[in-house]
Amino acid sequence: MNFEQWAEGSSILHGASPHIKLIGALCFCFAVASCQHMQPVLAGLVLACVGLLLAQIPLGSLYKRLFLVNIFTLVCWLTLPVTVPGTAITHLGFLSISREGIDMALLITVKTNTLVLMFITLIATSSVADLGHGLQRLKVPPKLCLLLLFSYRYIFVIHAEYKRLKRAALFRSFKPTTSSHTYRTYGNLLGMTLVKGWQRARRVQQAMLLRGFSGEFISLHSRDVRPADWLILAGALCSTFIVLVLEYSGGAL
Amino acid sequence: MKPSCLRLRNIVFGHPARPPLFKDLDFAIGAGRIGLIGQNGSGKTTLLQLIMGLYHPEKGRVMLDDRVIQSRADWCYLRRHVGFLFQDADDQLFSPTVIEDVAFGPLNLGDSPEISRRKGERILARLGLAGFENRLTHHLSGGEKKMVALATILVMEPCFLLLDEPTNNLDPITRKRLVTIIAELDIPMVIISHDWDFLSATTSLIYSLEHGHLHRSETACLHTHPHAHPYGDHPHDHGEHDHG
Repeated sequence: MNFEQWAEGSSILHGASPHIKLIGALCFCFAVASCQHMQPVLAGLVLACVGLLLAQIPLGSLYKRLFLVNIFTLVCWLTLPVTVPGTAITHLGFLSISREGIDMALLITVKTNTLVLMFITLIATSSVADLGHGLQRLKVPPKLCLLLLFSYRYIFVIHAEYKRLKRAALFRSFKPTTSSHTYRTYGNLLGMTLVKGWQRARRVQQAMLLRGFSGEFISLHSRDVRPADWLILAGALCSTFIVLVLEYSGGAL
Repeated sequence: MKPSCLRLRNIVFGHPARPPLFKDLDFAIGAGRIGLIGQNGSGKTTLLQLIMGLYHPEKGRVMLDDRVIQSRADWCYLRRHVGFLFQDADDQLFSPTVIEDVAFGPLNLGDSPEISRRKGERILARLGLAGFENRLTHHLSGGEKKMVALATILVMEPCFLLLDEPTNNLDPITRKRLVTIIAELDIPMVIISHDWDFLSATTSLIYSLEHGHLHRSETACLHTHPHAHPYGDHPHDHGEHDHG
């Protein structure tokens, strides 16, 4: 499991505060998602690519993520052209393919990829821990921030526990097949992982209690706004503005 | 004023649906270092958890000097002064980075972020962990996790230490470092361990817990008669005592 393959780096984007990047990503994301025209979304895509270059993210490492995302857009391509009513351009048996459907699928595909690239640029350039603190600074409810930080901290431990149990089963000559024995074994493995996770959660809670935890996480990070922050915020807001102007001029500039 | 004596008086306790563990237990921690031995399931860890208020006895009291620990505020007071090192360091390290975890206690006690950070850095340096501040806790090795967990306890400047099997799963080098660190600490402590050599190097008094009762013996006694332990035929260190 690797959630943070782009989190380390020396670019201006890596140096900016996570809460500033979160604000930027949120604005850009809403602007692009609300677009009805192709032109502003394409402009957004170009801007996201500029962001990727600024963040010095090796483009070769993106294929895997984009592939996963486009599995979802593939579903759009399979359904929208035959379900959206409009001018038919061709017929496949009793199904008619509409121009409007194809346009919509294309718009969704470009939008999705734009947003993923912008999120990689702005959000994936921070570690999960920093993002948790960024959210805290943006006054997101502490419980949600804790949930993110703890999921991240313990997902590795729980995964390791699951692997340990599974290895124990394999070492006793367990071979997964399509049988009720296999299903029952996997059920037990998952159940036991759950039980262990719950026990661990209890012990962690005790450990926190013993160190004076009273429900609120106090952050150790400084609250200074860095020079890079203003640049990033300005860049993200300008990008949002460009997208919105193009959209509300009717995609006709 | 710092508390100087921690006592359990007439403790009666048993886990639900299991035979009672303690029927009338007395225990006191004053100035010395106490080793606690006993079979698995004899209640060693439960004893420490009772001290910390993670379980509550059916009868009896926990006392810090003359103060009977009862209310929530009392327990906060006790936990402020007693440090408990868990068996599994993964339970104790829940923050993403080492420095955040070490500073967690001081922050909760009301220190400012700068002071907490400085305290954390100082304690890490003292344990030979300088430069670990921004490491991710889940990427540390088992021995490093144990050391950082100890740092998270020591940074709160406890008056008493409770260590639950601290040498479990440690390699000989880390174990030796731990012995040195613990021997240098000037804090009364209770150490649960099955590691005889470790106990003889770090404690002066041994209690063994059998059938809910504590039996006292001096550490030296452990080595005046032949003893056996795993890998006893390998070269190993018996601390200051020369028993070969």
